[in-house]
Amino acid sequence: MKSRGFVHKYGNHVDTDVIIPARVLNNPDPKNLAAHCMEDIDKDFVKKVKSGDIIVAGVNFGCGSSREHAPIAILASGISCVIAENFARIFYRNAVNIGLPALECASAARDIVAGDELEIDYSNGEILNLTTGKSYIATPFPAFMQEIINAGGLVGKIRAMKEKTNK
Amino acid sequence: MGMTATQKIMAHKSGRSSVKAGELTECSVDLVFANDITAPVAIDEFYKMNVGDVFDKDKIALIPDHFTPNKDIAAAALTKKVREFAKKHQITHYYEIGRVGVEHALLPELGLIKPGDAVIGADSHTCTHGALNAFATGIGSTDMAAGMATGKCWFKIPEAIKVIIKGEKKKYVCGKDAILWLIGRLGVDGARYQSIEFTGDIAQFTMDDRFTIANMVIEAGAKNGIFPVDSATRAYLAERGIKNYTEYVGDDDAIYSRVIEMDLSNISPTVAFPHLPENAKSIEEVEKMKIKIDQVVIGSCTNGRIEDMRMAAKILNGRKVSEYLRCIVIPATQNVWMQCVTEGLMQVFVDAGAAVSTPTCGPCLGGHMGILAEGEKCVSTTNRNFIGRMGHIRSEIYLASPAIAAASAITGVICSPDAL
Repeated sequence: MKSRGFVHKYGNHVDTDVIIPARVLNNPDPKNLAAHCMEDIDKDFVKKVKSGDIIVAGVNFGCGSSREHAPIAILASGISCVIAENFARIFYRNAVNIGLPALECASAARDIVAGDELEIDYSNGEILNLTTGKSYIATPFPAFMQEIINAGGLVGKIRAMKEKTNK
Repeated sequence: MGMTATQKIMAHKSGRSSVKAGELTECSVDLVFANDITAPVAIDEFYKMNVGDVFDKDKIALIPDHFTPNKDIAAAALTKKVREFAKKHQITHYYEIGRVGVEHALLPELGLIKPGDAVIGADSHTCTHGALNAFATGIGSTDMAAGMATGKCWFKIPEAIKVIIKGEKKKYVCGKDAILWLIGRLGVDGARYQSIEFTGDIAQFTMDDRFTIANMVIEAGAKNGIFPVDSATRAYLAERGIKNYTEYVGDDDAIYSRVIEMDLSNISPTVAFPHLPENAKSIEEVEKMKIKIDQVVIGSCTNGRIEDMRMAAKILNGRKVSEYLRCIVIPATQNVWMQCVTEGLMQVFVDAGAAVSTPTCGPCLGGHMGILAEGEKCVSTTNRNFIGRMGHIRSEIYLASPAIAAASAITGVICSPDAL
């Protein structure tokens, strides 16, 4: 599987309150969340973002609240992948669990700038910067997490487990 | 090779004799819980998993505390969904408005947490429960759904940072100052993916202090925080009828990624400046800046327990909240609220000109009960001061202890009670 899109670039410690503020969590419909995604640090994000686009950020992306609404908002806004130097723990779990690719790659996170066009090959973790021609390899997922990803998220994995035991 | 206290609990809950940092494991969990924001998403995911019923109706807690009492129609729909799920699955630990409290204050108070438990909560401040020697960590809604379905959760075994508490506490220093100091030292990602294990002279901190400290380890990125058991822990548990449990301590030869000495004799009352909890400054430094404030919030899962209320009342007693300043006091549970009444603290708050709310997370996350306008500044005993957390993106939150918050409410400027 591959995805291709343009980069929206952010800094370090992007917290889940700025990814999706609590004031809109009273309506967890992904469409509502997408309409407010990133608005507290980048009010134009929702206007600029196109399907397939990629968020690139620094360290500790997704720190703070455990709200799964954060990766849901990002996914529903059309973003195909988040690349960061590293992720806060709960956000990372949530992203994997709902099927939002979250790739750790420090060199890519540092080099890539807003507006670059990237192509990501999920089979080998290659991040190709089509604008500069430079390529990077993201840290691979452990096998256990790859299973969750292959099942389309944790719901898919548990359903499959359940169906297996029922047979 | 030895194990940390957290690793020992995780090994036990995985049915293994030992585990090593970095390994992936699946643990049985003793309690799975969520609130009115995270539970509705978990309920949808739970039904998609198609497992029928929950794994154990006695080991799930549903606690509508964030946007409650329902702040608007949409919030009412969320709690309605949680209530209907609780009824349908006969969830034992569902707490309705009038009985509910802020989840991380309520669960230990009810005696639902004990040493050696593995606890997952769809709320990042689930780490609070490490104060009772449990392994407790925050997860998201899908993990919560999987936990409700299977009674299990997958984890990476964490490394740990050891914090050795020593030295004598200075005047007005409490658990909040200690943890803000530690976050200042570690940074907001300094303990990312790791446990923080507290050892040494823990007796200087009361149980309420320990809840405050464990509550905020997530603000340094930690997976969990954990205290050993001592006589104060045993007394707290005994009051709740909890007798049979195993106490966990790290082995002498356990490997710690870092050891930090927390010398309390060097820690002043501490304030964390906008917009990250790591921006810690001593009150001496802060007082020189004469920062004028518009609001004070005293409450939350961090500082809404009875000792926090007592400290705030001690400072506010016989004094008045500054003109044009709003001081909002939120006891974290109905029990704490009632104790405020019986101990006469309520009278003190009202006489001082403070507003007292029913238990809710409310303003901490910018939900309701004290939202900030553009340009406003707030001293809050809560746990996060991110951009827009309590209201407008150009409002500012200064995190501090109940003592500093109450003193600042009186003068209208961030200060120590010594300045009164």
